[in-house]
Amino acid sequence: MKDNKKSAMVSPDFLIKRKALSNAMVLLLITISLYVLLYVISSVMFVDSNFSKYSVFFNLFNNKAYLLMLALGLTVVMITGSIDISVGGVTGLISMVIATMLMKSGVSAIWSIPVALGIGIAFGIVQGFLVAYMEIQPFIVTLSGMFFARGMISVISTQSVPITDKLFMSWSSAKVYIPFLYNARRNGTSDVAYLTPAAIAAILVLIILIIVLKKTKFGRSLYAVGGNPQSALLMGINVKRIKFMAHVLCGLLAGIGGLLFTLLSPSGNPGNGYGYEIDAISSSVIGGIMLSGGLGLPIGTLFGVLINALIERVVPLLGIVEASWPRIITSAFLFVFIVLQSVFAGAGKKGGFKLLRPEWMRFRSRK
Amino acid sequence: MSNFNIGNKSYLPALKPLAMNLLRSRLTFSLVILLIVVVQNIITTPTFFNISITNGFISGYIPNILDEASELVIVTLGMTLVIAVSGGVDISVGAIMAISAAFCGMLLNGAEYRTDVFHSPYILALFFGLLGGALCGAFNGFLVSVLKIQPMIATLILFTAGRSIAKQITFGQTIYIMNPQYKWLGVQIPGVPVRTTIIVAIVIIALVVLFTKLTSFGLYVQSVGINGSASRLVGLNSRVITFMAFVICGILAGVAGLVGSSGVGSVNSGELGLAIEMDAILAVALGGNLLSGGKFSIAGSVIGAYTIQAITTTLYAMSVRADQLNVFKAVIIIMIIVASSDVFKERIKKLSRKKSSKSMPVGGQINEGQ
Repeated sequence: MKDNKKSAMVSPDFLIKRKALSNAMVLLLITISLYVLLYVISSVMFVDSNFSKYSVFFNLFNNKAYLLMLALGLTVVMITGSIDISVGGVTGLISMVIATMLMKSGVSAIWSIPVALGIGIAFGIVQGFLVAYMEIQPFIVTLSGMFFARGMISVISTQSVPITDKLFMSWSSAKVYIPFLYNARRNGTSDVAYLTPAAIAAILVLIILIIVLKKTKFGRSLYAVGGNPQSALLMGINVKRIKFMAHVLCGLLAGIGGLLFTLLSPSGNPGNGYGYEIDAISSSVIGGIMLSGGLGLPIGTLFGVLINALIERVVPLLGIVEASWPRIITSAFLFVFIVLQSVFAGAGKKGGFKLLRPEWMRFRSRK
Repeated sequence: MSNFNIGNKSYLPALKPLAMNLLRSRLTFSLVILLIVVVQNIITTPTFFNISITNGFISGYIPNILDEASELVIVTLGMTLVIAVSGGVDISVGAIMAISAAFCGMLLNGAEYRTDVFHSPYILALFFGLLGGALCGAFNGFLVSVLKIQPMIATLILFTAGRSIAKQITFGQTIYIMNPQYKWLGVQIPGVPVRTTIIVAIVIIALVVLFTKLTSFGLYVQSVGINGSASRLVGLNSRVITFMAFVICGILAGVAGLVGSSGVGSVNSGELGLAIEMDAILAVALGGNLLSGGKFSIAGSVIGAYTIQAITTTLYAMSVRADQLNVFKAVIIIMIIVASSDVFKERIKKLSRKKSSKSMPVGGQINEGQ
């Protein structure tokens, strides 16, 4: 402790640098404060639509659990500087396969879990191999993956296949009520906040992913590969393998996402998952993940997804029935965040722009 | 035996450079693919080369492919420049098509959703359509060149919002333009036996080739694409060049949008040019252009675009449903891209080297023995 203080006194520059927020943290803070601001504004503006209720808040999780999974998958590949635009197609394919499997072949609903994960991982392995070992542009590879998945959906069925399997529906409609979090209704009953099993699974996966990215060797290698593949190679990291693993992990998360999506809307529809890859990418970008790689925190993705969900809920309340407006507004947010990112990236290179952390936010080093 | 060897050696030097050049030229690859598709077509449909005149214009397999590919070709040209200059892709071209068609349609229609007469001069409306495309291109170009944002992310904004904006321009509905003059651009000018789309595509190709070859713009684009900061040190304004490439891409997407909407006589912002960006990127890749930027070949891109349309038409002719088409397309594309990838080529080279090195000692021993 003493040494530390001494050196701090000798070189104040060093002190300032350590207390400055990293670019990723600044972007994350902006995202979080924007989300809070949006939520507060919408709860003030639309008092009637119960934004102050716990259940409304938790429903954002319930409705967008699948998007969280897809966006987290994209977060992982975007951190390594790659991209995967097949996740939407994979989601649609999984929902169609599960629906057909349950309704036409009469397989037990338990099989839907390994099937969903298997499809996701299979896509991840093939795409990862082509990207990492054959060194083909990830955009082209995953674009073909998307084409393939979308085409397979209509090969399986061109009509919508509703799921009526009892076990699957019981998973789909299950609710886990959260104790103590309820609002009284006027008629005396209480509106208890709940989470669906899908949302709980998504939150668990998020926590696991945060730990993996922060604490494990694999997670740190992802950042190293995305930041600068050449120096990662010099550090002794197997760059190709890490890229491959990132795509496999993204495929796995897309598989989980597909399963959660099917739980949310239990039917196999040829239009399922259309454009979800763009939702997932924009959520990740709003959450502060840099597409150039090497920067970003998975918790930011969560807030990106929540902002997406909030916009989708608020825009109809503004009196705009037109379905095209949420997209325009999401794009406007995307625009703001992209410009912010570019400003931070540009300033970060010059070393000019860094925010000082306030006193209470400084982590003291124990050494 | 030794005679044969010597004879073989005397052939090789003459043949090798030619073969190697052919192998190296990226154009060859796309041509071979096109050839395979054409041969496949000749085998399955003997009427492939038949050309007849029905309803006053030339029809047949080949004119059909040329006609249907023209939108894709025009978009691909712009995409080629963008990919060459920035090493990224412009995924908003489909949305730009919708926006420029919406601009044009709204001027022609006034505020009605279905009219028989033009409310403003056709030329003016076309000009405003192109202006819409150029504006969108300028927006993308500003984000990429000034703010240094990755092209794919920068164009993602217009990709998500573009169709919605186009829908707002047309008051949220599909507008129909019933004046037969409107179909001049996308179907046929009365009295001309060739579809206008083919003519438009050829004119645009010629314009782009002239612009990139006669002026030094093409060279500058390649230079910026290969190394932006180096070309800035040389004295090129890489910002302006990147910006211009995006504006040109926007204008060309606008042309494609006008042609497309004129072809169906309506402006449907949800359908016009849907997923064309994917086909355009693939066409550029098929044409042997590096997606990481730098050198580009207009001829390759054009051939790539026609190849993709030929594949699509062929698959339709084989009674593949439109929605199942994507499976075949994906498999074909992956095969083509893998076969043209550097890693694969190196593997093949290594394999052939191993074979030749295995056979060489045998020949050498025989020679020594004699």
